[in-house]
Amino acid sequence: MTVTIRTLVGASLVLALTGAASAETTITVATVNNGDMIRMQRLMPDFNAKHPDIKVNWVTLEENVLRQRVTTDIASKGGQYDVLTIGNYEVPIWAKQNWLLPLDNLGADYNQADLMPQVATALTVDGKLYAAPFYAESSMLMYRTDLFEKAGLKMPENPDWDFILQAASKITDKAAGVYGICLRGKAGWGENMAFLSAMNNTMGGAWFDKGWKAQFDGPEWKKTLSTYLELMNKYGPPGASSNGFNENLALFQTGKCGMWIDATVAASFISDPKESKVADKVGFAPTPTRAGGSNHGNWLWSWNLAIPASSKKADAAKTFVAWATSPDYLKLVAEKDGIANVPPGTRVSLYQNPEYLKVAPFAKMTLTAIQSANTAHPSEKEVPYTGGQFVAIPEFQAIGTAVGQQFSAALAGKATADQALAAAQALTTREMTRAGYPK
Amino acid sequence: MAREATKGRKAVTTLVAWGIGLVIFFPILWTVLTSFKTEVEAVNPHPSFLFFDWTFENYRTVNERSDYFVHFANSSAIALGSTLLGLIIAIPAAWSMAFVPGKRTKDLLMWMLSTKMMPAVGVLVPIYMLARDSGLLDTRTGLIIVLTLVNLPIIVWMLYTYFKEIPGEILEAARMDGATLSSEILYVLTPMAVPGIASTLLLNIILAWNESFWTLNLTAANAAPLTAFIASYSSPEGLFYAKLSAASTMAIAPILILGWFSQKQLVRGLTFGAVK
Repeated sequence: MTVTIRTLVGASLVLALTGAASAETTITVATVNNGDMIRMQRLMPDFNAKHPDIKVNWVTLEENVLRQRVTTDIASKGGQYDVLTIGNYEVPIWAKQNWLLPLDNLGADYNQADLMPQVATALTVDGKLYAAPFYAESSMLMYRTDLFEKAGLKMPENPDWDFILQAASKITDKAAGVYGICLRGKAGWGENMAFLSAMNNTMGGAWFDKGWKAQFDGPEWKKTLSTYLELMNKYGPPGASSNGFNENLALFQTGKCGMWIDATVAASFISDPKESKVADKVGFAPTPTRAGGSNHGNWLWSWNLAIPASSKKADAAKTFVAWATSPDYLKLVAEKDGIANVPPGTRVSLYQNPEYLKVAPFAKMTLTAIQSANTAHPSEKEVPYTGGQFVAIPEFQAIGTAVGQQFSAALAGKATADQALAAAQALTTREMTRAGYPK
Repeated sequence: MAREATKGRKAVTTLVAWGIGLVIFFPILWTVLTSFKTEVEAVNPHPSFLFFDWTFENYRTVNERSDYFVHFANSSAIALGSTLLGLIIAIPAAWSMAFVPGKRTKDLLMWMLSTKMMPAVGVLVPIYMLARDSGLLDTRTGLIIVLTLVNLPIIVWMLYTYFKEIPGEILEAARMDGATLSSEILYVLTPMAVPGIASTLLLNIILAWNESFWTLNLTAANAAPLTAFIASYSSPEGLFYAKLSAASTMAIAPILILGWFSQKQLVRGLTFGAVK
């Protein structure tokens, strides 16, 4: 009996303590563990000095756990989070469900016009901005200048896939542990399907036609998958079907890849001499396209800060969002950690800053890549969706991952390209029909 | 001859047992080893087992970036709290089922167990809303209640099987001597069932310590235990295996040490009784 009473007393004490702590405005920021986010947490003393009345709690979670946690909380109006870190895939979908608060009036010195237009467009619904970009990326081709020189190759200004095949074959030296090309193979809508969806865009293909009919039975996907498999089977590293961004990053940094096509943010990692053995031997080029093509995949990803409609402290949350994505924040990072570490891709003015261009050799190509990403028209064909390396519909996470598993199996040699395409076509058609799309 | 054969067989059994033990333990060992590697070494496709540059850098980074002791305190409170609360409820329940079984006791036990068969995510939204409305989201109290309920069937079942081994006549004798119900449970039954209760306690602390679904889903900043601490070290862009391993090692160390010291008690409790 006494034990029960003690437990109850203990429990109410805990409650009382948690209650007492919320006298000032405390906001909770949910985020993912990325270098730029961790840096923001370190720079919090600046925010605390400017806004002593707002206390910020951080919840850092794995990307998929974060998505699940945040969706549960928003859908049930739990109000646990005041600021969310979400991708540009979620922003328009969640905004249309009235899950996010529009971000107008971020302050006089916010300079909204300076936001990268391509990035801001992807976060705007009905003319209102629903999330503030924290950093943004597109895709590009990163390659080893020393290996290219040794093989007598010169990177064209606008490489096509035929050149990539040819270059990969010349660079590959499996005995020395050097592979011509490293690409994502791990199954997932944000993993191998990000790369393959963008590659399919460059081949002139699309996920769906105007009537939401899946396109895996068309010639473009066939060309995409066969080129990808040829590249990876002949010139890729072993076990590529389990490689994602991080695995390829490690391979490239340790000198095992001749070329790597992936997110532009990788450029700063491979150019960092503290982390990368090949830091002084990397070159950058646009994402390859088909011979004579001009579509570079339209890959565009941004990590953004948004305020859920369930937040009870929206004003304090807005103050924080404005601080973290303002031009002043970029200045703060430049002062404390050096200008090369400023979060990339969100503000036009950064790319006009000669100091930045000097220390970041990848800046120009990053800018070109982001500027050429057209998320409103990802495919050359007329399509009913927006996006780029993804299709901006809620069903895409599940379908994209299921298709990714088929293609990953084809890479691992468990299925042929034709089998994988047929399976992708069947499962996409089934899921889309179930969701009521094809008209 | 016969003696030699037994010896040989013994050696083989020992070897096989060690082999299986090592296979089971290997992932933990690998995590610990990885925590001393650099990030680039951690993803090396041709990893070296012991001959790499040992570094404490990951532990330093993890300690700088997050407050281990806050998470540790939360984990301890939740694991201990839910286990004790569970025992307080389960001991009388198991007593009644073991010594005064009714017509439906077996069904009741099966029904309790069946609640474990439902995937937890199936009741996530209702429980989340209950926690929200009672102000228990992101509190230790909320997690203690939920984890007590989650582990209660296992506690009751374990205690029930231990109690079944105790002759009912002893309790009867106590009653004849005029013991009340509560003193019968407290002074006669409990001391006899100590090994069983101890192993139930230990196993449930371990289960509650390692529980990740509810602890991740019902907490945010204040009550986040070590599971959230580990989850914060996975990164979508940037290498993280070494830091994640360091965080995992720090999170499992206390429970590993507890398990080490109490393994005798645990094994005894788990193998106690004729039904197992």
